[in-house]
Amino acid sequence: MNVPAKVAAHDSGAGADRLFRLVTAGAAWLVLIVLGGAAASMAWGGRVAFQTFGWRFITSRDWDPVSAKFGALVPIYGTLVTSLLALLIAVPVSIGIALFLTEIAPRWLRGPIGIAIELLAAIPSIIYGMWGLFVFAPFMAAHVEPWLSDHLGQLPVIGGVFAGPPIGIGLLSASIVLGIMIIPFIATVARDVFNAVPPQLKEAAVALGSTRWEILRRVTLPYTRSAIIGAIFLGLGRALGETMAVTFVLGNAHDLSFSLLMPSNSIAAAIANEFTEADTDLYRSSLIALAFLLFVVTLIVLTIAKLMLMRIGKVQGRTH
Amino acid sequence: MPLRRKLADILALLFAGAATLFGLVWLVWILWTTALQGGAALSPVLFTQMTPPPGESGGLLNAFYGSAVMVLLALAIGTPIGIAAGTYLAEHGRYSRLAAVVSFINDILLSAPSIVIGLFIYELVVRPSGHFSGLAGALALAMVLLPIVVRTTDEALRLVPNTMREAGFALGIPRWRVTARVLYKAALSGIVTGVLLGLARIAGETAPLLFTALNNQFWSADLSQPLANVPVVIFQYAMSPYDQWHELAWAGAFVLTAFVLCLNLGVRFLARGAK
Repeated sequence: MNVPAKVAAHDSGAGADRLFRLVTAGAAWLVLIVLGGAAASMAWGGRVAFQTFGWRFITSRDWDPVSAKFGALVPIYGTLVTSLLALLIAVPVSIGIALFLTEIAPRWLRGPIGIAIELLAAIPSIIYGMWGLFVFAPFMAAHVEPWLSDHLGQLPVIGGVFAGPPIGIGLLSASIVLGIMIIPFIATVARDVFNAVPPQLKEAAVALGSTRWEILRRVTLPYTRSAIIGAIFLGLGRALGETMAVTFVLGNAHDLSFSLLMPSNSIAAAIANEFTEADTDLYRSSLIALAFLLFVVTLIVLTIAKLMLMRIGKVQGRTH
Repeated sequence: MPLRRKLADILALLFAGAATLFGLVWLVWILWTTALQGGAALSPVLFTQMTPPPGESGGLLNAFYGSAVMVLLALAIGTPIGIAAGTYLAEHGRYSRLAAVVSFINDILLSAPSIVIGLFIYELVVRPSGHFSGLAGALALAMVLLPIVVRTTDEALRLVPNTMREAGFALGIPRWRVTARVLYKAALSGIVTGVLLGLARIAGETAPLLFTALNNQFWSADLSQPLANVPVVIFQYAMSPYDQWHELAWAGAFVLTAFVLCLNLGVRFLARGAK
C-alpha cells in the first residue's frame, strides 16, 4: 500500500523525535553516572586502606608513610575545624551583606556591590592560595597572631587555643581565607531570598512600628529560615572540599594541635600535597579513602542544602 | 521609640555596612596584590619562552598553550553533553522522575569538591593507561564544566515561553525540530552565558589537573603525555623556594585572574544587554 507522503514525513519525524529524546536522556544519565562513578571509584580505590586499618583509619592520628601506618584523624580534624571556623566568620558577614544589599544601600549601588561580592566567587582558588601564602599569612604573623598570643594565649581555659609561635601559616589563617571564599555563596542566596519576601509582610511590620533590625529578626529571617540554613550548608559543602587555598595556607603538618596558630592538614590538602608522591599501593589507597570520606560527607551536606533550598522554592511556587 | 530599640537598629545597620565593607576589602586586597606583583613580573618573554629550570628566567608559553588546549577540549566534550542533558531536563523529560533526580544530583555535583573529580579521572584513565596525560586533564575539566552547562541550559530553556513551543507544534513541526530551530535560538544568550561562565571556572581549576595532566617543563603538544598548564605551574612555582619562579607564578596569576574577571564581567554586561 502506498503511504501518503505527508504521513511518511510525519513518521520520520516521530523516529527522529525518539532518537532526540534518547540522546538527551542519555546525556542526562551521564550526570548520574559521573557522580555514581566518582563515589564508586573512590570506594574501590580506598578499599585496601579500609580493609587494612578498619575504623582505626578514622580514629588514629598516625600518618607515617615510612612504617606504612595511616590514620586520618589529623586531616579530618583540620577539615572540620577550618570549615566550622570559616562558617563562623562567613555566616554573620553574609547576612549583613544581604541586609545591606536589600534594605540599606541606595538602589543604584546595589547592582555594583552585588557584582563585586559575586566576583569573590569567581577568583580561582589558587589565587586565594597564593595571596594567602605570600600576603595574608605574613600579615597575620606580623600583626594579628602576636597580639592573640600575648593577650588571649595566657587565659586559663581558651589560652591553649591561641598559644604557639606566630608563624602565620596555620588553622586560623586557613579558616579566615576559607571564610572569605564562601561569603559570596551564602550572601547571594541570602540576598535573593530576602528580596523574595512578600512586601506585604514587611509593610505590616513597618505599620506596627518595627525598626529595620526588628523586621530582619522577626519577619525576614523567620520567613527565609530554611533557605538561609540551606545557604549555610552550601557554604559548608564548599568549605569542606576547598583544596588549593587551604593547601597553601594550612602548612601540611600531620600533628594534632588544639592551638589555632599551629599548622595542620586537611583532607583535600593532604591529597593535593601527597598523592603524586605516594609510592606504595597502601599509601595511595589511604589517600583515595580520604577522598571517599570527603566525598560522602560533602554529598550529605550538599543534599541537606539542596533540600532546604527547595523548601522555600515550594513556598514561592518556584525552584532554585 | 525606646532608646534600646533605636540603638539595636543603628547597631544592626552599622554591622551590615561593616560586613559589606569587610567583603569588599578582601576583593580589593587580593586584586591589588595580584595586579601589583603580577604586573611587575609581566614581560613579553612570558609569551615566547618555556617554563625555566630552577634559578633561571623564562616564560610560560608551554603552560598557556597546554591550558588553552585542555580548556578548549573540555569545552568540546562538556558543552554538547551538557546542552543535551539540560535539554532533557527542560524539554523532553520535564515532568519525568529521571529529570527530577538528575536535576537534584546536578546541583550537588555543581558544588562537589573538584579534587575528587581529579582522583576519579586518575582511577579511570591515568592508572589504566599508565601515565599522566593532557587528555585526562581535559576530561577532568569537562566533568567540572558539565553540571554548569546543564544547569544554565535547563534554566535558559525554561525561560522560553510555552507559546513558542505550541506555535511550533501547531505547524506540525516535530518536537526535536522545535527544540533545535526555535527553542535553542530563543535560549541562545542564556546558554552561551553558561558556557562562558563555565569556561571562566575551568580555566582556573587546579585540583582536577594535579593527578591528571600533571605538568610538563618542556614544550609538548602530545595529548597522551603530561601537559603543562597555568594553574599547576602557579602551584608548583609558588610553593618553590626560588625567586624567579615566584615571579613567574605571580605573572601567571595575573594573566589568569585578568582573564577570569574580564570573562565574568563581560558575560554579565552582555547578558544585561540581551535582556
